[in-house]
Amino acid sequence: MTNPVAAALRSSGDLFGFCVDVLRAVPRRPFQVREFVQQAWFISSVSILPAALVSIPFGAVIALQLGSLVRQLGAQSFTGAASVLAVVREAGPIVTALVIAGAGGSAICADLGARKIREELDAMQVLGIDPVQRLVVPRVAASMLVSVLLNGLVSVVGVAGGYLFNVVLQGGTPGAYLASFQALGQPPDLIAGEIKALVFGAVAATVAAYKGMTAGGGPKGVGDAVNQSVVITFMLLFALNFVITAIYFQVVPQKGS
Amino acid sequence: MGIEVRVEGLTKSFGGQPVWADVSLTLPAGEISVLLGPSGTGKSVFLKTLVGLLRPDRGSIWIDDEDLPALGERRLYEVRKLFGVLFQDGALFGSMNLYDNVAFPLREHTRLRETRIREIVMAKLEMVGLLGAERKLPGQISGGMRKRAGLARALVLDPKIILFDEPDSGLDPVRTAYLNQLIIDLNQQTDATFLIVTHDINTARTVPDNIGLLYHGHLAMFGPREMLLSSTEPVVRQFLGATRVGPIGMAEEKDATEREAESAAGVRLPPLPPIPVQLQPSNGQPRRAERAPGSWCAEHDVVPPVGSFSEVLV
Repeated sequence: MTNPVAAALRSSGDLFGFCVDVLRAVPRRPFQVREFVQQAWFISSVSILPAALVSIPFGAVIALQLGSLVRQLGAQSFTGAASVLAVVREAGPIVTALVIAGAGGSAICADLGARKIREELDAMQVLGIDPVQRLVVPRVAASMLVSVLLNGLVSVVGVAGGYLFNVVLQGGTPGAYLASFQALGQPPDLIAGEIKALVFGAVAATVAAYKGMTAGGGPKGVGDAVNQSVVITFMLLFALNFVITAIYFQVVPQKGS
Repeated sequence: MGIEVRVEGLTKSFGGQPVWADVSLTLPAGEISVLLGPSGTGKSVFLKTLVGLLRPDRGSIWIDDEDLPALGERRLYEVRKLFGVLFQDGALFGSMNLYDNVAFPLREHTRLRETRIREIVMAKLEMVGLLGAERKLPGQISGGMRKRAGLARALVLDPKIILFDEPDSGLDPVRTAYLNQLIIDLNQQTDATFLIVTHDINTARTVPDNIGLLYHGHLAMFGPREMLLSSTEPVVRQFLGATRVGPIGMAEEKDATEREAESAAGVRLPPLPPIPVQLQPSNGQPRRAERAPGSWCAEHDVVPPVGSFSEVLV
């Protein structure tokens, strides 16, 4: 019973079962529009500012890393290309994942965990209302929507940050930075990034909801659940990021290859 | 009219640790039953199993012709609408005021107009004495008010079975007395089947028609109030008399040596206290499930303890 391997397998099985429950509750009517809008508003209000503030230095640091190297190679005009590639393909989804899991997911987990220990969720079930359909589905949908929008924001702000750093501080030419955008990157990169963000949003909200709804042992249990949900989400998102990137490279032919 | 709940051979364990096993009892339709037990004997677990929030390992819970643990999820949500549950702290939705809390089940399950919802909600709030507080948030009111608001919400769909999880925990004796009176009055008005989980002896002695005692992983006894209050079974006697003498120890069951030492020292259970008169509805009309004081004792040739059923006690 206390076998850690069995316990780990059991909780991953439970999480999978919960995902199936959520999927089965998605088509059930009525969809909770009000809850969805409130949650989307809430998640974006806690995540927009941190996402923007994280993505500016992210774009800048890429320009910094590349700046001196490409100057030595005489390829300064390609700084923009590298910046777009790094930000749109990788940094965008990763920053989105961090912010969605850290800000949105932890808030969802804390909220549902508090409801769980106050027996609100039990009360809801007894009143004949499925908390998965009523509370979790709108949260997952809201998190997915906000992730996609956030990924767009991070991409724009990140590239702009790189531009500012390259042009203002490193003496690069604005025209070269902009003109090289098309050199390595291509529109499917953005689409792949958005798909990643969509998946990350779904995973972060589902894990947070699962952890919140299975919290136990009083207020400390809720704190533990929030902590675990953030850690588990991070691990899952980075693993997923790798898998999706690998698939993307197989499916979409890359420029210059 | 209430619905009979028949529990057969119910067994529940958590991670290999049995909570209770082979619990069989019938909550008679329209009557008030109390489930007693020392702390940690799984009374709340029993209540949650009864509404399908926890699945038992074995056994059946028959409600009409449906076995609750065997139902699919969709059907379970339907059957649950027969239940009203008052949770320990009321379990109100913290983000809604009292009015919206009580209106919530109506808005989710019915297509009533808002004016009709308002009538129903106000009627229920009046029933529990909370008129005027409907705009307050659960965080702004006292524990007793939260319990009463939780009760109003549990009543709003006119349930046939009402379960109370420790209605007296955290309440002062006066508020407990008011709440007990409210329970009796509600039973008279709704004729629903009531189950109260508690460890308050005074509630157990004066409110119910039936008493059950959960002890040491099994149901020690379940039956009419007078049967348990006149019982000489040591566990029942000790618990209902709230004494230290008897098989129940501080942590769990006393072991054999302790019991022997107790009997060798000549420690005896005190004589049975008189059986009090059952609490009456406040409007003076009898409840449908009510029986005359002493009727069970007379039917079963049991001599009630001296001084029983005298009005002076109340």
